[in-house]
Amino acid sequence: MSKYEAVIGLEIHAELMTNSKMFCGCRVVDSVEAPPNTAVCPVCLGMPGMLPVVNAQAVEYALRVALALNCTINLHNVFARKNYFYPDLPKSYQISQYERPLGIKGWLDIELENGETKRIGIRRVHMEEDTGKLTHLDGGGSLVDYNRSSVPLLEIVSEPDIRSGEEARAYATRIRQILRYLGVNSGDMEKGVFRVEPNISIRPVGTAAFGTRTELKNLNSFRVLADGTDYELVRQAAVLDAGRQVVQETRGWHEGRRETFSQRIKEEAEDYRYLPDPDLPPLHLDATWVEEVRAALPELPQAKLARYRADFGLSAYDAAVLTEDRTVAEWFETAVSIPPHLNPKTIANWVINELFRLMNESKQSIDDIRVSPAGLVELIGLVEKQTINNNTGKEVLAEMFASGQSGTAVVEAKGLAQISDEAALAATIKQILADNAAMVERYMNGEAKLRGFFMGQVMQATQGKANPKLVNQLLGQALNQAEK
Amino acid sequence: MMALTKDEVQKIAHLARLALTDEEVAEYQHQISDILDYVAMLSELDLADLPPTAHAVGHLVAQQNVMRADIVAPSLPMDEVLHNAPQHAQNQFQIQTVLDDS
Repeated sequence: MSKYEAVIGLEIHAELMTNSKMFCGCRVVDSVEAPPNTAVCPVCLGMPGMLPVVNAQAVEYALRVALALNCTINLHNVFARKNYFYPDLPKSYQISQYERPLGIKGWLDIELENGETKRIGIRRVHMEEDTGKLTHLDGGGSLVDYNRSSVPLLEIVSEPDIRSGEEARAYATRIRQILRYLGVNSGDMEKGVFRVEPNISIRPVGTAAFGTRTELKNLNSFRVLADGTDYELVRQAAVLDAGRQVVQETRGWHEGRRETFSQRIKEEAEDYRYLPDPDLPPLHLDATWVEEVRAALPELPQAKLARYRADFGLSAYDAAVLTEDRTVAEWFETAVSIPPHLNPKTIANWVINELFRLMNESKQSIDDIRVSPAGLVELIGLVEKQTINNNTGKEVLAEMFASGQSGTAVVEAKGLAQISDEAALAATIKQILADNAAMVERYMNGEAKLRGFFMGQVMQATQGKANPKLVNQLLGQALNQAEK
Repeated sequence: MMALTKDEVQKIAHLARLALTDEEVAEYQHQISDILDYVAMLSELDLADLPPTAHAVGHLVAQQNVMRADIVAPSLPMDEVLHNAPQHAQNQFQIQTVLDDS
């Protein structure tokens, strides 16, 4: 690749999580699970005489995204008809935006693997409608389900600023995270609710003209996006090196062979004959409303991550893990805000090491779990006050997670309170040393590591409840005495 | 004065999926050119200070920002959904295999 420079732009299509469709009252259903054609009406079936009416919530969701991606907002919006013939589109046109999209000239910073930040331009963010779904029959012919027809869809088009599969992945991952933070899209790529299509070309290093591009479609994961893009860059370089021309076409990804393949050759430029949709009057957004929506935006993941590092002293890794999902981040922040305001690092360790493990094992999300932020803070308090030791704390958390009980209740019910009674522990230690005279002898003769064995015996004798610091101290004293 | 070529007429016909005879191409060549000439009269006016009009009634305040609340309304019952479908199967519209040449 060194002779060539990659030029990649991403088109992202994201369905908006409204209750009803973009231009009619049909429910937005899971287009993979729902029985076919159960959420359709004359509008989304494109029947003659139908009149679309814009869903106000969809406009607000789209505006949130355009603002979060630093776009300039067009207050004067026009819906356009994009004309083409394909049965997924019953009207023979898709309602979209063309000359006056909602947002233009935005940008997004992405973090590269070498730690650097790179700014990717965003050309436009516009509103449109999704299409129906075709199922091709083995014996010829196709079946069409229009449940997805007219589901609000957002198209986010980047500038061709991306230079590798890894950058494409970083950009798309960040966009998806932002959409989820904004509460407008679930990010489910398997179900096609979030779709990424890279336009890929290469050009000799140092030249400005774009090469012929290919478009990759039907990529159902970020890994496939990165791998498919990198494969395509190598393939195009080989084509040019062999003295041939890259053909403008749409290509798919074959997972088994791990390569791209030609799906559709674009012989001529598409001629969509965009025209303003006469059924939909222009939309004049109120500048005050735009500012209200901007003010109501949640803190976005990158700002949150920076704040966790600066204010909480968290490592980059911990901050990234905790800000990955907005609900997790808010759960964590609630815990941090609860008196007595434990060290955020301590809370972060408990969440990342213990809570996430329990969530993974039980396949529960933060919304499902029975441990509250206050519950975790109380538990950590018990450990810090040395009512229980750290290991017992982990067991108590598992019990809280399973039963929904408070940490204090678990400790009381199971008699888990740490033994910090000096006299009792000293007696236990004395007994253990007496029972293991031979070991004591070997310890005296220099087998220092046997100290761990005595420690283990004490913890076993106290069912793990002994205060380890105190045991360590008392054991030292007892062994010293034995030595004399 | 803006006479379309035969090829341009054929291209427009293809975009609309219409098959035209040579006579029809010649006829539409005249008709469409006449329409374009008629509309071209607009360019005789100085419209520099006029904002583009995207909609016949879009300049009327009452016709702006017509939106609906995000409320679910009943969809069609299945027999009505498929009522006009020439062919259907499994509650879906059944169509001939389509070669996508868009």
